[in-house]
Amino acid sequence: MNPKLSNKIANGALYGIAGFIVLILAALLGYIIITGLPMLNWHFLTTPARAFTAGGGIGIQLFNSFYLLLLTLLISFPIALGAGIYLNEYAPNNWVTNVVRTAIEILSSLPSVVVGLFGFLIFVVQFDFGFSILSGAFALTFFNLPLLTRSIEESLAAISNTQREGGLALGLSKWETVTRIILPAALPSILTGVILSAGRIFGEAAALIFTAGQSAPALDFTDWNPFNISSPLNPMRPAETLAVHIWKINSEGIMPDAKAVSSGASAVLVISVLVFNILARFIGKRLYQKLTSAK
Amino acid sequence: MATILTSRDVHVYYGNHEALKGISLDFEEKGITALIGPSGSSKSTYLRTLNRMNDMIPGVTVTGNIAFQGNDIYAPQTDLVALRKQIGMVFQQPNPFPFSVYDNVAFGLRIAGQKNREALDAVVENALRQAAVWDEVKDHLHDSALALSGGQQQRVCIARVLAVSPKIILLDEPTSALDPISSSQIESTLLQLRKDYTIITVTHNLQQASRIADRTAFFMNGEVVEVDDTKKIFMNPAKKETEDYISGRFG
Repeated sequence: MNPKLSNKIANGALYGIAGFIVLILAALLGYIIITGLPMLNWHFLTTPARAFTAGGGIGIQLFNSFYLLLLTLLISFPIALGAGIYLNEYAPNNWVTNVVRTAIEILSSLPSVVVGLFGFLIFVVQFDFGFSILSGAFALTFFNLPLLTRSIEESLAAISNTQREGGLALGLSKWETVTRIILPAALPSILTGVILSAGRIFGEAAALIFTAGQSAPALDFTDWNPFNISSPLNPMRPAETLAVHIWKINSEGIMPDAKAVSSGASAVLVISVLVFNILARFIGKRLYQKLTSAK
Repeated sequence: MATILTSRDVHVYYGNHEALKGISLDFEEKGITALIGPSGSSKSTYLRTLNRMNDMIPGVTVTGNIAFQGNDIYAPQTDLVALRKQIGMVFQQPNPFPFSVYDNVAFGLRIAGQKNREALDAVVENALRQAAVWDEVKDHLHDSALALSGGQQQRVCIARVLAVSPKIILLDEPTSALDPISSSQIESTLLQLRKDYTIITVTHNLQQASRIADRTAFFMNGEVVEVDDTKKIFMNPAKKETEDYISGRFG
């Protein structure tokens, strides 16, 4: 076979593989959105779910998903930021650092259902948080921390060493160099990483089934005192999220319109995750342009 | 002329490798000193011992004595932050921070706690004028410094150093990443600055050294072969190695 022909065949095969991947994604998205889209209206997005009759919505589950996401990020972002800064800027290149890096890698490859069961034992049972948003947020922190740490570490590593030298040579301390130069420079890419991780948190179900629970008690959206049990802000209430809701309807849903609700909820979930991804690209790009005035 | 910086028998080791083998050089106040020599002659290493930038590299040992205005800069009580404000540095690759031109130049002062807008304005303008880049950037002060050309970026970096009023400016091959026109602008900037500052520059460009430097030190294999007035080094060097290098027989 001559090189020209083999090149052509390789080209064709690679295009074929790439096209196949895109096709799978397009088919999945298309199916979910087309079957779910007819369900989407204001009523569906805002009313509570119904267990036995048709016409229920996903209002509370949707709110729970966002609230859980917010709490998880509030807990995991500062820790991941600290860990990322330590690993990239301060950690000496020795066996301790290697152990930390390996630990992060292993943590990130733990199956989420195992993380969920572990969260159940520690937070729900041992710490007596019960099935609650807080238990769920801690479990998701375990799940999210390694990936976010890695992404922040990579964002920092992408900043050229000449910037660090510039700061130090100007008489800045190491901490000032990190906080005043490196972090602002890495901000667009850190933000992109946070939003992408938000998409993963938003869609996570297995780790939440045993921690945040599978029930969504009615909420009083006029009561914003986080200590009241019916307040949306109460972190100690059980909170079924959208992803858990989908799993639950499909495994034990007995409402007559279970299939339609499931399709609608899936569409909302997928669209939300898509929006996170697009937002991540858009905001990251815009921030970077603003910072560098690169066109 | 008073001596501002002295170094005595400076050795630098990277692990077991001896990169500098006992350098003794003195620098007088004001004027330009060029450090020349073939690649790997450790002239940059020497430059970086003068503001302790080598401290950053793991496994580096520095011995000998370096004194700035009579004070040993490697003494334990040395305030590194204060030292680097006195001895500024400009690098081979222009490295403006990803902020506006104004914020770049005002950076050092703001860190030091200066908040007065008028005082900052004055210092920024003055530093940019001294670095001979004011006319080119005065209408873009609040645009990102990264949008400037390489030569303009490098002069903004010089202005950033000037803004904290150092006594000494170290330059590590400041023009090697720039085109000839930008290089000659940097050279004329340095010639303006030599009246007020002590400038020590590493360069691979022999013509550049002969054009701008008052004194020139020739480095080879971690040692200073010869140091003298630039004219003398280029016209009538005392050592054979210097002559071979100047005339392009190696290096």
